Amino acid sequence: MAIKETMTINMGPQHPSTHGVLQLILELDGETVVKAVPHVGFLHRGVEKLTEYRSYHKALPLTDRLDYLAPMSNNLGYVLAVEKLLGITDAIPQRAKVIRVMMAEVTRIKSHLVWLATHALDIGAMTVFLYCFREREMIMDLYEKLSGARMTSNYFRVGGLSLDLPAGYEHDVKAFIDAMPGHLDTYEGLLSGNAIWKRRTIGVGHISAADAIDIGLTGPALRCSGVDWDLRRDNPYSGYEEYDFKVITREGGDTYDRYTARLDEMRESCKIIQQCLDRLEDGPILADVPWVCLPPKKDVLTSIEALIHQFKIVTEGFKPEPGEIYQGIEAPKGELGYYMISDGSANPYRMKIRPPSFVNLQALPQMIEGALLADVIATIGTLDIVLGEIDR
Amino acid sequence: MGVDLQENVALTAPQTVKSNVLGDNIITTSLDKLVNWSRSRSMWPMTFGLACCAIEMMAAGAARYDLDRFGILFRASPRQADLIIIAGTVTYKMLPVIRTVYEQMPEPKYVIAMGACASSGGVFDTYSVVQGIDTALPVDVYIPGCPPRPEGLIYGLIQLQEKIMREKNSFGAAIGVGEVVPG
Amino acid sequence: MSQAVVAKLKQEYPAAVVDVVEHRGETTVTVQKEDIVAVCAYLKNEAGYNFLCDLCGVDYLGVEPRFMVVYNLYNIATKERLRLKAAVAEQSCCIDTVTGVWSTANWHERECWDMFGIRFNNHPDLRRILMPEDWVGYPLRKDYPLQGPDRQPYQGRLS
Repeated sequence: MAIKETMTINMGPQHPSTHGVLQLILELDGETVVKAVPHVGFLHRGVEKLTEYRSYHKALPLTDRLDYLAPMSNNLGYVLAVEKLLGITDAIPQRAKVIRVMMAEVTRIKSHLVWLATHALDIGAMTVFLYCFREREMIMDLYEKLSGARMTSNYFRVGGLSLDLPAGYEHDVKAFIDAMPGHLDTYEGLLSGNAIWKRRTIGVGHISAADAIDIGLTGPALRCSGVDWDLRRDNPYSGYEEYDFKVITREGGDTYDRYTARLDEMRESCKIIQQCLDRLEDGPILADVPWVCLPPKKDVLTSIEALIHQFKIVTEGFKPEPGEIYQGIEAPKGELGYYMISDGSANPYRMKIRPPSFVNLQALPQMIEGALLADVIATIGTLDIVLGEIDR
Repeated sequence: MGVDLQENVALTAPQTVKSNVLGDNIITTSLDKLVNWSRSRSMWPMTFGLACCAIEMMAAGAARYDLDRFGILFRASPRQADLIIIAGTVTYKMLPVIRTVYEQMPEPKYVIAMGACASSGGVFDTYSVVQGIDTALPVDVYIPGCPPRPEGLIYGLIQLQEKIMREKNSFGAAIGVGEVVPG
Repeated sequence: MSQAVVAKLKQEYPAAVVDVVEHRGETTVTVQKEDIVAVCAYLKNEAGYNFLCDLCGVDYLGVEPRFMVVYNLYNIATKERLRLKAAVAEQSCCIDTVTGVWSTANWHERECWDMFGIRFNNHPDLRRILMPEDWVGYPLRKDYPLQGPDRQPYQGRLS
């Protein structure tokens, strides 16, 4: 008579495949997962409380460190939220909007490349990891030329951008998006028809559309379960309504579908970036709102009014009207939301960040119960979580 | 609440400054150099990426800034590693885990604090962040930056290599006679 | 369109709705905390707000009632947003859970408990999520020091 006993193992915070400091307590019956409990909070840095002690301009660099794989995306959500709070969304100049969309899409490709690299590495395809990181170096060069930093760019500002594009930047971006589809074909050639890849990903980590909406899943994971929802098309921001792009959906809801969908999303991002390059025109990069936006440096050095503005904005900050708003954007991982309350002072009264990975991770237990231990690794990879965002 | 940081005395580097037990002649110093050279040119770090610095560490290990050419190979298990690169913010919740993993590493072991958060808490001066991993572990090299460039990480690793080269009595310690005298 | 939804909500639950505010094109409805589950179920089933984007707490120290639990809702079919708020007093710091309406509220409510100490009645698994299990205190409350209870506050200038 067999006695059924389950084994409880710890997939601890230090693990090469958990994409950060995630702890999973798994109850296994042999190799099958009976119950899974994720434990998060090992990277909780208190960002939300910290922003209450900083002015709106000074809280911006903290947002880079949330989803550190897509820093400009977090920046974008934050500046859009503050601009909505101030009511100056219509005053943002066209050039700033186009560059914001361009860099947001470059960031999407950057984040999806890390997703593919780590997902493939976990399943065993190490070559793809090295190839994706080589492409990422091209994007890091673009980031560095533009903002000075490879990762934590802090490039956008409330009201526009901090710096204009350097000379020759459009050529660099064009070279990048010309090379990218070829690289995506390489990845597809390595993985899509590969028998091992298909055995490890088809049918793994399935979630239905109704379950996905109920558990709060957003982003590519939701779209691959058949739900056609993309904030760029449905609640457009920063001029996204003017661009022509497809929203990638799949019906299957398993890991292989999410893999093909994210590759197609990278292709669509290349198309959007091409449209941005075509749309780029000369113009100002900061809105004409003197009490919010810093004046140009040469005016600060020559005119007394600009100097006073600079001084007041940097030391005191600007004070939006009391009120509250919620701004959601389509970050590479899902819906990144910023809920901000202003009480009329220079610091945000409350800034709640709605991280897509936090909510997506909630779906993990129901996706892996009944699956094998190896499928757990594939499912964590396909959900595309980043712990900096989950724990804030 | 959290970890009591007073009971760290056992974890700090040995303070004994014994002179070379085996003597200071050309043979022992050459043997020491040999041991130091082999240790420093094959440092195997444990993958301990916590936050954003982990991504720059991965980029340093990738194709453009190759770390393998320095003999640096990332190992997932602490039992097979001799270096731990604390890359990212350390929180009070994570600290017991770091101490357990550090204690599992066999001697000789080295610690690199990569980035501003590991060195001193970084930009996160809050209730849940440990203000520098050197409050709990003995750090050999600090690499500033937020995040440090891969070249910065490589520079820090080379500094650690030079620090290991300066150690004395490493051959003696390897055969069980005396302790390593840090350089 | 959200005006129509709010008008219908006021008809269905006239005693529950306390306040309606429009700001920057967004509608915020404040309701009594006793009716929160009924209002949420109505909004999900009748008005089509099938997606709960965010659930969080806010600490208005110095104002009675002290806390506010905020629900940011979204209607996937009509792409409309709506915000729901329920005031929670400090003395009876509890409110009913809405995990029966949207399961995504589970972790959000755990975070609200962890950060503010607002208890959610009938929650399937109410325990700390971001702080260690044995942590004392609720960090995001306004009277909790930023550096934590055992460290000196920052002595320098912030600007």
